[in-house]
Amino acid sequence: MHERSAESQAAPSAVQPRGRAIVITSGKGGVGKTTTTANVGTALAMRGARVALVDADVGLRNLDIVLGLEARVKYHLLDVLEEKVSLDEALVRDKRSEQLFLLAAAQTREKEEVDTGLMFALIERLRGEFDYVLIDCPAGIEQGFKNAVVGAQDAIVVCTPEVSAVRDADRVVGLLPNAFRPQLIVNRLRLQLVKKGKMLSVDDVNGILRLPLLGVIPDEPDIIVATNKGEPLALNPLSAVGASYRAIAAKLAGDDVEAPQVREKTSFFASLVGLFGGRS
Amino acid sequence: MLGFLKSLFQPQSSSEAAKERLRVVLLSDHLSLAPEVVELLKADLLAVMSKYVEIDERNAEVTFEQRESDFALSASVPILSVKTDRTATYRASVAVGTLHANASEDPIPSAPASPGRRRRRRRNRRLAQIQVASTTIVQASQVQATAQAQAEPLQV
Repeated sequence: MHERSAESQAAPSAVQPRGRAIVITSGKGGVGKTTTTANVGTALAMRGARVALVDADVGLRNLDIVLGLEARVKYHLLDVLEEKVSLDEALVRDKRSEQLFLLAAAQTREKEEVDTGLMFALIERLRGEFDYVLIDCPAGIEQGFKNAVVGAQDAIVVCTPEVSAVRDADRVVGLLPNAFRPQLIVNRLRLQLVKKGKMLSVDDVNGILRLPLLGVIPDEPDIIVATNKGEPLALNPLSAVGASYRAIAAKLAGDDVEAPQVREKTSFFASLVGLFGGRS
Repeated sequence: MLGFLKSLFQPQSSSEAAKERLRVVLLSDHLSLAPEVVELLKADLLAVMSKYVEIDERNAEVTFEQRESDFALSASVPILSVKTDRTATYRASVAVGTLHANASEDPIPSAPASPGRRRRRRRNRRLAQIQVASTTIVQASQVQATAQAQAEPLQV
């Protein structure tokens, strides 16, 4: 099944324009894959792209919660794969954007129930209808990971500045198909801790992973507030986290943008330096 | 300020410790070599070397280290004396398990050995530097590496 999929991937149809299917992965759990998927998707939709978010974390779905769409979910991924409902019926439109859609994971099923070949076909179909298909990968490197990767052409690797997260990210990068050009998002960076030598820096992390750096997300309390409310921070024009996600979306879309500098909000001096254009 | 003063007295920050731990853990992840495999490799490596030269096994060091873009196996082996006659070829291709090692193409000094010179040579302890380069992500079974033994002309 894998072999066949790989072949058809290698020869993309020249007839219809194809969207990009990108898997958001990390290996380790709890580093912010789902938050990243929701925010990058939201930011891409804000730019006018048509975006489908696919929650591939069957059995532990959360993407609907982060997006605040849990009340709207009626059907899920496995309903579509098993042809119980049509794809259009299962896709949930976002509250705020007409361009953003969610295909939720099944909560009461298991990852092993997902057929890899059917998953590949589904992502291909979504690519025909959307500019971007972002696939929220489950933690781990087992069947759930394989199903999340099978239809994608590329990957975003999310990593926090921790030994365990870097090790797992390194492992996951090694398991991605060779054709992928994975890009890195360093999540939950606390610049103050980095300066004190108490946290790995972006350079430390990427000195090991050596991936193109897509963006850096500062660790801010408003992420928790946003998740509580189900409102992705990408929508918030005042949030530093939101600005980082919007910059990531711009970079993904091919804009030549300068990523916002990650600054410490807490330090008055640092903000002063920031005001005068210094690199903090 | 307090943090700065503290950092003066702390020899290693926790992020430095994290970096070092990552380096070590990824090394074994990438090479898929368990510590006991490294010990076996070391023993085989020394066995091969001692076919050609008399080495100081107790002071031999075999370590893995990260270089700019890859990992390297470094062996520092004190050589006590040269064993065989110099007319023998010093090209050797020796399979050690799955590791393929080629001795250097550099011929050893071909000066005729007078008994006196041979004794002096024995007294000279020599170091052979071996570097085995590998790509960052390799399986142990795929390692095809070249070991180069550098023999410098003797200075008496």
